[in-house]
Amino acid sequence: MSALRALGRAGLSFFERLGRGHIFLLYTLGGLPATLYRWRLLTSQVFALGVLSLVIIAVSGLFVGMVLGLQGYNTLVDFGAEESLGILLALSLVRELGPVVSALLFAGRAGSALTAEIGLMKTTEQLAAMEMMAVDPLHRVVAPRLLAGILAMPLLAAIFSAVGVYGGYFVGVGLLGVDEGAFWSQMQSAVDFHDDILNGVIKSFVFGIAVTWIAVFEGYDTAPTSAGISRATTRTVVNSSLAVLGLDFVLTALMFD
Amino acid sequence: MMHSKWIETIVGAFVALGLGALLVLTLRISNLSLAGFGADSTYEIRAMFDNIGGLKVRSPVKMAGVTVGRVNAIEFDSKSYTAVAIIQIDKQYTQIPTDTGANVYTAGLLGEQYISLAPGGSEEFLKGGDVITDTQSAVVFEQVIGQFLYGKAAESGGDKDSKE
Amino acid sequence: MQNNNQELEPLVRIRDLCFRRGERVIFDHINLSMPRGKITAIMGPSGCGKTTLLRMIGGQLKPLSGSVRVDGQEVTALSRGALMSLRQRMGMLFQSGALLTDLPVFDNVAFPLREHTRLPERMVRDLVLMKLEAVGLRGARDLMPSQLSGGMARRVALARAIALDPMIILYDEPFTGQDPISMGVLLRLIEQMNEALGTTSVIVSHDVREAASISDYIYVLSGGKIIGEGTPVQLDVSDSEWVRQFMDARPDGPVRFHYPARDIAEDLLAGGDE
Ligand SMILES: Nc1ncnc2c1ncn2[C@@H]1O[C@H](COP(=O)(O)OP(=O)(O)OP(=O)(O)O)[C@@H](O)[C@H]1O
Ligand SMILES: [Mg+2]
Repeated sequence: MSALRALGRAGLSFFERLGRGHIFLLYTLGGLPATLYRWRLLTSQVFALGVLSLVIIAVSGLFVGMVLGLQGYNTLVDFGAEESLGILLALSLVRELGPVVSALLFAGRAGSALTAEIGLMKTTEQLAAMEMMAVDPLHRVVAPRLLAGILAMPLLAAIFSAVGVYGGYFVGVGLLGVDEGAFWSQMQSAVDFHDDILNGVIKSFVFGIAVTWIAVFEGYDTAPTSAGISRATTRTVVNSSLAVLGLDFVLTALMFD
Repeated sequence: MMHSKWIETIVGAFVALGLGALLVLTLRISNLSLAGFGADSTYEIRAMFDNIGGLKVRSPVKMAGVTVGRVNAIEFDSKSYTAVAIIQIDKQYTQIPTDTGANVYTAGLLGEQYISLAPGGSEEFLKGGDVITDTQSAVVFEQVIGQFLYGKAAESGGDKDSKE
Repeated sequence: MQNNNQELEPLVRIRDLCFRRGERVIFDHINLSMPRGKITAIMGPSGCGKTTLLRMIGGQLKPLSGSVRVDGQEVTALSRGALMSLRQRMGMLFQSGALLTDLPVFDNVAFPLREHTRLPERMVRDLVLMKLEAVGLRGARDLMPSQLSGGMARRVALARAIALDPMIILYDEPFTGQDPISMGVLLRLIEQMNEALGTTSVIVSHDVREAASISDYIYVLSGGKIIGEGTPVQLDVSDSEWVRQFMDARPDGPVRFHYPARDIAEDLLAGGDE
């Protein structure tokens, strides 16, 4: 009986938070026009979220591409189809690994930092002080961060995929001797701009919204203590990773039926 | 304020890098690299088939094994009950004779289907909007097996040819 | 007529205010008025709800019941937009200072000016330097908040609170952590703003003598009630035991120093078995 009640309570609080998250998003979106107008706020956030995530994204992309090249070659060469390595690399990177892995890295690198930053601003009454100065923290603090995250994510994913393809090219063509012409031409005839590249960009755009939204909301909703901040940061990484994987399934089902 | 100028420059470089990566994906990796930027670099011809089999939009069109174009659209002509493949040929291949034939072939046993152009001997060349009528339909696997079973395979030479 | 009404009504008028934190009653039907252009001090033991009261005036906390009127507007019933425009005319010095930690001192003080005015940067600079000069920190303009001492941070926060020359300033313990000299400077600053600009001030302070020296009226809060009020002179000669204990800083008396708890002997004997 009490277990049932606990379940009910958990369910209620889940939906309560979900509702609050949406209201929060709505208010924040109200601040987007002003953010575009004050683009200095935006650039400093694109720097913090995008530029500072660049190294981990590029290095991960390179290694993922190289590993794919190695594994793909070993599998394909048994069928005499190692020329198809380009297809394997490009499709798996552009459709799945690029958007998904870079979103997961982004959640760990930038999302957690966002949550901690906003959570600490709340804990030290900086958000309350802004409110008392008649400045809406949702517009001044949250909106530029949300927009910057949404803008940075597709760019990071594209960089991940591009670096990954060249990493695979380096291993496949450079080290293992796959024919260069076949590598590119097979890739080019199999990868479709609309079905693969655009859909990949749309995916990473959606992931960018999900991860940044979760991160700023968790920060804003933090219990104002140090334990509260650490819990919120953990929740950001866990929830946004789950959201990315879940959304990936849904989007894949919709896009590549 | 020096500081914020720096940040703006770096952010600008970052955005350029991201867009550059997208451009690389588009132009180096995807089929847009073949299609060029639009209809400007291609011209369009049509080919009528009795049966196109598994041919799809974007299937390659080859001459002597070299990809010279792509299938842009496939339509059904309700007057002649034939399939019309609308083909984009790259502008650099302008010298395709008017009596060229088109066959639907399969790459390998189970591979993708494509259109193979067999050049004829005419002195005149195909222009945009021309139609190829000398076509041979796709080999439909079930038909081949069926004909083989009924002992007709040898008689008719494999497949029902389309009209001349 | 309108004007006349405004003259008569105090800038802040609190009626029948009730508030609770969980089981604990913070305010139990209290009434306060803070007249225009006057300095009102609020005193009371730690944890009695002084900060809470300021937050209600600023509209950051909603009372359980009762009314809080500021400049003729019912704060609890204002729309978000109206509340924001009311707050533009309020300055609040937070107990913790609450400086924006990733902006240097200069930008912290300039923050309200840049957010709410379209002043050219030159003029912003002049205004900010004047406010910093008033709190004696013009030389510290390039320091980050983490490089300031507690007392300095509070003075920067004060400079920020007065940046827009608001009609009312709420000071939450402005003198904490100040040496006697800067305390004197701050006292004079508050008094000057009151005289020169007609700024209404509400001061929460534990420094009884200092606060009394500049305020026009004093409220003493304790246990959810107002246990004494009056001009400094009136309170000084008051024979209420509550007020005497507070004004004379006596440890024993009707005001409890301890947060409500059971008897200490009982608590110690209880050991760990609760
Ligand atoms: N967020 C909160 N949740 C629960 N109780 C709170 C909260 N904030 C304050 N309180 C309680 O409300 C009471 C009043 O707090 P407040 O901060 O107004 O006190 P104060 O008079 O400003 O004290 P001090 O002089 O020490 O600053 C305290 O007893 C405190 O325990
Ligand atoms: Mg307090």
